[in-house]
Amino acid sequence: MSKVVVITSGKGGVGKTTTSANIATGIAQQGKKTVAIDFDVGLRNLDLVMGCERRVVYDFVNVIRNEAKLQQALIRDKRVENLYILPASQTRDKDALDPEGVGRVIEELKQMGFEYIICDSPAGIEKGAQMAMYFADEAIVVTNPEVSSVRDSDRVLGLLAAKTSRAELGGPAIRTHLLLTRYSPLMVKRGEMLSVGDVLELLGIPLLGVIPESKAVLQSSNKGAPAILDETTDVAQAYLDVVFRYLGQERQHRFIEEEKRSFLGRLFG
Amino acid sequence: MAFFDYFKRAPKSASLAKDRLSIIVARERAGTRSGPDYLPALQQELLAVIARYETIDLANVTVNLDKSGGCEVLELNIVLPDSPPPPPPRLSQTVSV
Ligand SMILES: Nc1ncnc2c1ncn2[C@@H]1O[C@H](COP(=O)(O)OP(=O)(O)OP(=O)(O)O)[C@@H](O)[C@H]1O
Ligand SMILES: [Mg+2]
Repeated sequence: MSKVVVITSGKGGVGKTTTSANIATGIAQQGKKTVAIDFDVGLRNLDLVMGCERRVVYDFVNVIRNEAKLQQALIRDKRVENLYILPASQTRDKDALDPEGVGRVIEELKQMGFEYIICDSPAGIEKGAQMAMYFADEAIVVTNPEVSSVRDSDRVLGLLAAKTSRAELGGPAIRTHLLLTRYSPLMVKRGEMLSVGDVLELLGIPLLGVIPESKAVLQSSNKGAPAILDETTDVAQAYLDVVFRYLGQERQHRFIEEEKRSFLGRLFG
Repeated sequence: MAFFDYFKRAPKSASLAKDRLSIIVARERAGTRSGPDYLPALQQELLAVIARYETIDLANVTVNLDKSGGCEVLELNIVLPDSPPPPPPRLSQTVSV
């Protein structure tokens, strides 16, 4: 059985690509054959975040246009077994992805035995984002605790319910999960940021996890190694929780409350 | 550790980022920005040929488009993997267009 999971948000820059890279890596580490597809045509960057940018020869659009075989475009991750990346194209042609082509590639990935097909959506609610969600079985809606992000997430929930293959064919609704990222418990405590509770109340979908705002994300993108690979950081712990929760294990929610830090902790932390 | 970071010079991950970027930016410029129309396809086909040799890691291939003395040079640099023992000298090949 394969699961197609779209990582989507509406608003740009909220952490979709970071989340796609970390979740795909985490699921593959659990022994599941996983592929992360970059749907951000023209602005590809999943390969950069995953550190395989120099190994890109062919891309998603080449495969759709029959210029290359899927096997030629798939990049096998060097660090984690069972993990593959299908990079986006640099083409400026926004119509490069069409439902027939995308559907054919996803079907072929299923035939190849991929258990999890993670679709990293571009920002917006236009065609690109709709292509990324069209064949999804499940959606992880990445939201920042911020007014425009929450509003856009709500719009995306509307699209997921109407403009997808499942919706058009009258199949079961896409399962949706909320992932709140770039969360700062200290700012929430000071009343300067929407709380998890606020966002949950507004969007009304189940919470998959909370990812704290952390400098570890920048460091990992500098290195081209998803943060989840270095278990010592808060972000890695948060994404690991998300992966285990997603795969069906019970995990307490963390990183919601501000951690008490001693004077020495602050000095050496 | 914040206390010790203060005494360090540049953080290590930033210089890694710069190295990665300079290589990929050069490759993308050679493939898309300048030069004759056939360059993107030529570069892609060259890389595809190299990718068939599984002992060569594409991460060790650099591409550069240079202008020298009125003519353009597509420079392809392949670091061949060491085959122990004994380690041969590192060879590189240059393809001129
Ligand atoms: N938890 C976090 N803490 C700190 N910075 C973060 C966090 N998550 C993401 N970022 C930063 O936010 C920026 C945007 O992240 P990312 O590229 O993952 O977003 P995106 O939603 O994919 O953007 P786009 O809509 O452009 O595709 C990046 O600079 C990333 O390093
Ligand atoms: Mg992105």
